[in-house]
Amino acid sequence: MLIAVGSLAVMGATLGTLLGVASRYLHVEDDPLELELLGLLPGANCAQCGFVGCGQAAAALAKGEAGVTLCPPGGKAVAEKLAKKLGVKADLDDQEDVGPQYAVVEEDLCIGCTRCIRECTADAIFGAPKQMHTILKDNCHGCAKCFKVCPTEAIKMCKVPVTLSEWHWAKPEDVADVHAH
Amino acid sequence: MKLFSVRGGVHPEYRKERTSESAIVAMPLPATLYLPLQQHIGAPAEPVVEAGELVKKGQLLARAGGAVSAPVHAPTSGRIASIADMTAPHPSGLPQPTIILEPDGKDEWAELPPGLFDPFKADPQAIRSRVAEAGIVGMGGATFPSAVKLNLGTEKKLEILLLNGAECEPYLTCDDRVMRERAEEMLDGARIMAYALGAPKVVVAIEENKPQALEVVKQAASTLPNLEVVSVPAQYPMGSERHLVQAITGEETPARKLTADLGIVVHNVATACAVHHAVRYGKPLLARVVTVSGGAIAKPQNVEVPLGTLVSDLVEFCGGLAVPPKRVVNGGPMMGQPLPSLAVPVVKGTSGILALTADEANEQPSEPCIRCGTCVTICPCGLVPVEMSAFIRKENLDAAARLGVRDCVSCGSCSYICPAHIPLVHYFNYAKGRLNALDREARKTDHIRQLVEGHNVRLEKQAAAKAAAAAAAAQANAEKGGEA
Repeated sequence: MLIAVGSLAVMGATLGTLLGVASRYLHVEDDPLELELLGLLPGANCAQCGFVGCGQAAAALAKGEAGVTLCPPGGKAVAEKLAKKLGVKADLDDQEDVGPQYAVVEEDLCIGCTRCIRECTADAIFGAPKQMHTILKDNCHGCAKCFKVCPTEAIKMCKVPVTLSEWHWAKPEDVADVHAH
Repeated sequence: MKLFSVRGGVHPEYRKERTSESAIVAMPLPATLYLPLQQHIGAPAEPVVEAGELVKKGQLLARAGGAVSAPVHAPTSGRIASIADMTAPHPSGLPQPTIILEPDGKDEWAELPPGLFDPFKADPQAIRSRVAEAGIVGMGGATFPSAVKLNLGTEKKLEILLLNGAECEPYLTCDDRVMRERAEEMLDGARIMAYALGAPKVVVAIEENKPQALEVVKQAASTLPNLEVVSVPAQYPMGSERHLVQAITGEETPARKLTADLGIVVHNVATACAVHHAVRYGKPLLARVVTVSGGAIAKPQNVEVPLGTLVSDLVEFCGGLAVPPKRVVNGGPMMGQPLPSLAVPVVKGTSGILALTADEANEQPSEPCIRCGTCVTICPCGLVPVEMSAFIRKENLDAAARLGVRDCVSCGSCSYICPAHIPLVHYFNYAKGRLNALDREARKTDHIRQLVEGHNVRLEKQAAAKAAAAAAAAQANAEKGGEA
């Protein structure tokens, strides 16, 4: 009996110490909040926020160094989600929401330089050297990286049109506001 | 048949008497017809004709654009003037591609597919494809392609085809007149649909405020087997398919499920007529009965209108406007949507055109909620409008979704009854649209993320292959050097 208790106590103490030491020396800096924020971002690493990619943007958000409205392709939807996760109030009123966009290649102007193809992180652009390129609308999320590198300004950014099936009623005027007047 | 009670609902004034006693009149062909490619829920139709082409009555102009879609046919013979963008009969006023047809006045029929002599011996699939080819959609206003609904029998065990003749919206009498004047066609169409669905029984449900229709349909049904006509209480929104099913069976359709999961498929009475013509005679859907009413219309009546007729032409046919309307509504006054202008066409889902005077529209500024709870008592879906609207006002859509805003059928009973005139259903329409838009954005983000991940994997593989090739080359070089 005593031997059993003794051996278990010794084992417990040794293993506990080992775990304690391991957690101190083998600790990996990984912010769970950062990972969650990364999950909310589009993940295209388009760098429009000013950071190298979405990972860095998520790190800055977690530290509170960047505002929730940093992601232009994500638009209002992403900003709202980030604000909710971080528990801050998103000031979306002054953010100019240009709405979702997509890129189009103007066929006459394209010289087939492939620069845009190399920029696209979503593989939405098709083409070959000295051949006309084209962009798959469904795969484009409007990050505008291709737009910036095109040497002949053959790429233009277009607003995604609102279709009949996607249109919905706007919010009715605020009742309390009406009453306040 | 034993009926079950349905919770909530309201009892608006019927105001049906203005048009209920006038027989359906056919409208002469207007100078131009405007046929939108999307008159239904689902993918838009794809045009198969070009500008300048001569077409005959019933000829296919645009074929179905997907599994859930419906074709468009020429309502008369004439010349295709163009295919251009035109304002849709939709509150957004957005443009949509429209085929513009100039009738030649000859009204010459194209060659139609032969009718099925005995549909009850035909293959159900043949009936379904006939209905699909005829471009028939739910004519109660929902405009869901009927052929897709007729496929439900292949997946589920169905008991009843419920023919919806409730017509609970005030003002509208087009279904009432169809039942009174075309009962035989309607019942035949219903029996054909029940056969295609594999449903052994047909039940026709008519609100008790239409005694003549009840009598006519009962008379016509007396000789037919497995057919029952029931009078349901006049209670808005009895014509909502979920509520009608509840009144007939006592069962509530679960959220995000179909009435077919309870073994019942619901179709509108006018749809049944269209099915009769499509299956028996091969005729596509070219016209529909529209109630033109409201205090601002000089001569309110029910008109059989060729699809694509401008609302302004239709109003002109009904004697024009007696007084300037406050609001022109497409559909009934409870669930109908305002029209952006009168220069929009009548489409397959247009059940009514109401020109309402300021008195009828009864628009009043909203005041703060007094928390009387009437909206909670009358909500036929068992929701809590007062709480949901408060959350939506503060843009807390998730909380509204948790309270079930997506299960709201937009019947408008809450807005109708609210003593503070709060536009409750407007909040819910906004919230449902916004939640759907957010879902679409989230799906798109997921899609892009997958593409980016694939892109990264590809780049890594390329880099690895390059490194391996370089290493192999270096090794070969080293060996060469060793040999030398």
